[in-house]
Amino acid sequence: MSTDTDHAVPADDPQGRPGGVTTEAPATHPDGSTPSRRWLGDRIGSVEVLAALLILLIIVRDPLAGALDDPRLQTWTTVFVSIMVQAVPFLVFGVLLSAVIAVFVPRSFWARALPRHPALAVPAASAAGVVLPGCECGSVPIAGSLIRRGVTPAAALAFLLAAPAVNPIVLTATAVAFPGNPEMVLARGLASLVVAMVMGWLWLRLGRTEWIRMPRRPELDDPRRGRAFWAAVRHDVTHAGGFLVLGAMAAASINVLVPERLLQTLADNAWLSILALAALAVLLSLCSEADAFVAASLSQFSLTSRLVFLVVGPMVDLKLISMQAGVFGRRFAFRFAPTTFAVALLVAAAVGAVLL
Amino acid sequence: MNRQAQAVVLLLLGGAVLRASLSDLYLRYVKEGLRPFLIAAGLLLVVAAIMTLWYELRPVLTRSDEPADDHDDHTHHEPRVGWLLILPVLGLLLVAPPALGSYAANQSGTALNAPRQSDYPPLPDADPAPVSVLDYAARALFDRGASIGDRRVLLTGFLATGEDGRPILARMVLSCCAADGRPVKLGLTGDVPAGLPDDTWVEVIGRYSDRIGRDPVNDAEIPYLQVESWRPIPTPKQQYD
Repeated sequence: MSTDTDHAVPADDPQGRPGGVTTEAPATHPDGSTPSRRWLGDRIGSVEVLAALLILLIIVRDPLAGALDDPRLQTWTTVFVSIMVQAVPFLVFGVLLSAVIAVFVPRSFWARALPRHPALAVPAASAAGVVLPGCECGSVPIAGSLIRRGVTPAAALAFLLAAPAVNPIVLTATAVAFPGNPEMVLARGLASLVVAMVMGWLWLRLGRTEWIRMPRRPELDDPRRGRAFWAAVRHDVTHAGGFLVLGAMAAASINVLVPERLLQTLADNAWLSILALAALAVLLSLCSEADAFVAASLSQFSLTSRLVFLVVGPMVDLKLISMQAGVFGRRFAFRFAPTTFAVALLVAAAVGAVLL
Repeated sequence: MNRQAQAVVLLLLGGAVLRASLSDLYLRYVKEGLRPFLIAAGLLLVVAAIMTLWYELRPVLTRSDEPADDHDDHTHHEPRVGWLLILPVLGLLLVAPPALGSYAANQSGTALNAPRQSDYPPLPDADPAPVSVLDYAARALFDRGASIGDRRVLLTGFLATGEDGRPILARMVLSCCAADGRPVKLGLTGDVPAGLPDDTWVEVIGRYSDRIGRDPVNDAEIPYLQVESWRPIPTPKQQYD
């Protein structure tokens, strides 16, 4: 394995090339310790803090449980825990796959597997997303690994959008949830694929590689593959998982705070209902395997607005924005997510107008 | 958060997921079908934690001549956001919140919207015939009770307070996890359970009623049940339909 694996940008090409992405310089301190660790001397590290925290929590367990008697807080906790429990298997399997990509799949494989021209790599990557059943929580680290391994960001981003939105499980769930409207399955698959490819091509035209700042990962260069693999797993679970927690907290808050009665008043206006369900998809952050059932229950809304809900949800939502900001950097996420939202909304509304 | 601390957090998270999925706790949050994946994911997290600790501690234990490399590497800032993973661990190990109940049921509209099927199979032979709240509601609304006739039915659900302050029978339906949980609600007439707080689980025996109410949340139709007898029961293992 070459030693420059993680240096995606060659030194003589500071602007980056299609496959190249800047990685953050390590925040080294001259004396080899971070400022926060100096705070109580070198003796108190994270493990000690963690141990103290856990002991404290066991002591305050009863008052804590008492504080959760309020039904709102209790519902919030239930929804938060259930989003996490639901997402953990997808997160772990996605991270395993991304670690395999990062450590075991040689760079040359991607050069051979994907069409050389980036504009053709985009539809190829979207098609790969269709075959791979995944959840959005898993596809973020996978897309991160693909970019690290030299796949052009446009193709990796098309994969990121297509994988959770169109795959056999999601389409089957949609067919089950809309037994009376089989055209919904076609509309969802078509609209999501178009959005993924449009976003890939848009990135080729307008995207700037310097927006993507991926944290430097020296451990991936470790020639001992096993060690590098487990380091990647450990890092990705804590990193992507931490951002997943942030997103799950936001989604649980929305779930408890936004009353459904409010939606009822929005459903009557055709345009307002599309915007309302697009916004709701972002805020609720449902798993793409479940959102069809929720959409089916929003029966006061038009089919087109529910299609928008199904196309936007797996591509832009609070937990995804949070995870993308963590994996690709904030400058990227704050440009990519709103653009995806607009494209998904327009494409889904157009497809809905034609097919539904 | 250094690597040892990350390993401890992964171990806790894996342990919490394993504990929830090996007991019945996970049924409060997700569907039964997720169990094998939860167990596999929990085991993998534990293995990842053990491997991390192994690679971290081995150079110290064996005093091998490998450079104790990564003691400087700790400075590559390890993800601080990982601390947040303690929250779901706490949620599962210390708090273990209950399944969604009457509060959530009152927040959202009844979930029965489209006819599930055009003709319904006959009820089970037993008298009273055990049916789920969802099944009864679908039969009562979409074929106006034709497949129920004057049979006695046995339903299990929890109590919530309806629009007019009278108790209703509800059950939450999940398609994936509790975040997408939606209630199915039944109005009660006849011998309505009285004197029980919300969220009490009851077993109700009754007959089809042609009375129809409206859900104030989404204006959907709520079918009624003519209650003949009821009794409180302990919370069932599988609280969702």
